[in-house]
Amino acid sequence: MIHMPVASLLALAAVLFCIGLYGALTKRNLIMVLVSIEMMLSAVNINLVTFSRLGAAPNLTGQVFALFSITVAAAEIAVGFALVLAFFRLRKSTEVKDADSQKK
Amino acid sequence: MNFSAFEHLDTLVFYLVSLVILVCAVMMLNFRKVIYMVLAMGGVFVGCAVLFLLLGADFVGIAQVMIYAGAITILMMFAIMLTNHEAVEPEARWSLQKAFSAIGAVVLGAVLLLVIRSTHWVVGDGRHINHGYANPVAIGLDLFREYTIPFELVSLLLLVSLVGAVLIARERKED
Repeated sequence: MIHMPVASLLALAAVLFCIGLYGALTKRNLIMVLVSIEMMLSAVNINLVTFSRLGAAPNLTGQVFALFSITVAAAEIAVGFALVLAFFRLRKSTEVKDADSQKK
Repeated sequence: MNFSAFEHLDTLVFYLVSLVILVCAVMMLNFRKVIYMVLAMGGVFVGCAVLFLLLGADFVGIAQVMIYAGAITILMMFAIMLTNHEAVEPEARWSLQKAFSAIGAVVLGAVLLLVIRSTHWVVGDGRHINHGYANPVAIGLDLFREYTIPFELVSLLLLVSLVGAVLIARERKED
């Protein structure tokens, strides 16, 4: 049996999500913004797996959905870093504030 | 001394791991060198993997270690090394944007925590979710019996993002 309190797991995920949100809104570096978004996705995965085991009707769907979410996060981070690399080549910078216009 | 709150070992491990995750996340916000931030992020990912293992989701836990803690952290390192890896965040100074972001994040967190506290969470009997198989076997059967089309679509998504990432990141010779 598992003796972890559901509310504590959900609270951990909520706090992690909010830290990620704050990071995504305030970081200066484009890479760190992407990393913060990954942290928010990770918090959501904790919720999915928690409900898969400790929800009202436990089943494997939550874990399968967490797997899909991990896959989509990996695809997203690969394309995101490719964009950051292309941006760095164009502007010689990875700062968010340099990414606000479409001029060359 | 009274250890009644930690009667079960997994409860104790859960609180320790949660502490590690939150400390790593806060350190990620506070470090000024980007490479240290990525290392702190690795700590968060490994902590999440331990949580998944504690919850009996063996396959998701191992996948988390391999994909997040392994592949994505290394990819972040590469991205930092290929761009300006000397980059440091400027001194922490309060600006209007930071203040509004902090207020938004704190309000969202407070609302979520209040709702979580005031809800009564029904815990079902989760002992038979694997139908008697080991967890990876049960997930494999589920993937190929019920989620075949999403599974194939995800493989298509991975292929498209692979080609897209190569196409976006390569150097353009013609222009």
